[in-house]
Amino acid sequence: MLGPGIAWYLGVSAFLFGIGALGVLLRRNPLIVLLSLEIMLNGANLALIAFSRHAHNGAGQIFALSVMAVAASEVCVGLGLVVAIHRRRLELDVDSLSELRG
Amino acid sequence: MGNFLVWVVWIVAAFACLASAVGVVSFRNPFLSALALIGNLGSLAVLYLLVSAEFVAAAQVLVYAGAVMVMFLFVIAYIGPRQETPWAGGPTWQTAAAVLAAAAIFLEVIIAIGLKAGGRLAHTEHVNATFGSPGWIGRLFLTDHLLAFEITSIVLLVAAVGGVILGAHTHHAQDAEASL
Repeated sequence: MLGPGIAWYLGVSAFLFGIGALGVLLRRNPLIVLLSLEIMLNGANLALIAFSRHAHNGAGQIFALSVMAVAASEVCVGLGLVVAIHRRRLELDVDSLSELRG
Repeated sequence: MGNFLVWVVWIVAAFACLASAVGVVSFRNPFLSALALIGNLGSLAVLYLLVSAEFVAAAQVLVYAGAVMVMFLFVIAYIGPRQETPWAGGPTWQTAAAVLAAAAIFLEVIIAIGLKAGGRLAHTEHVNATFGSPGWIGRLFLTDHLLAFEITSIVLLVAAVGGVILGAHTHHAQDAEASL
């Protein structure tokens, strides 16, 4: 295999997952939280595809494509929620939207 | 020579990927965050190409950078790009806890890779030319992974129905205002 080994790809994917988790925990705009979630999913996807190449097995790429479909579904529902919140004139802030807290 | 070129492309793509991910989290303007995420997805597609996942790279650019991000940009334009300071505004302990938790996740993954798999990841065999090609992926999807393929279609259908229900204008929208 030319270029860097699989461990380098896994390092990049771990960094992506960590920075995405930071965004999810830190930011209060639900849109940015959704964008950071995409980064986390893509970090996991990169690890899946790197392992797929390493093990010479197609299941990792199939899993990555399924993750992309799930991510598209999640964005569809998440953006629907954001638009519904905006239409009800509520503040777009994940800290103030706490009515479902137990 | 080929090895050197692959290294150069990998380093450029990886740094673009990491820098745009940091940009997504740290930009104040949601519009800039979404544009940075498009750059992140594009450089990830280059990384996918380097591990011979051609179809996934193409799907990444088409589905993510194309469809999903256009939807994001439309919603941001509809709502209006509200500015928000990423590192201030919330309680200090919350910011500190977020940084700690993210750093812990990152270190845990790195240590797991280094300790458990460091030696075994060094040698990766060569793959034949069909690995990652659209025909190969399609054959896998319709033979070994048919159930995953069908379940994915159901997930997408349910998400579309949910999006329509959440986004639909109803006559009770005014009554429901207090309930959300």
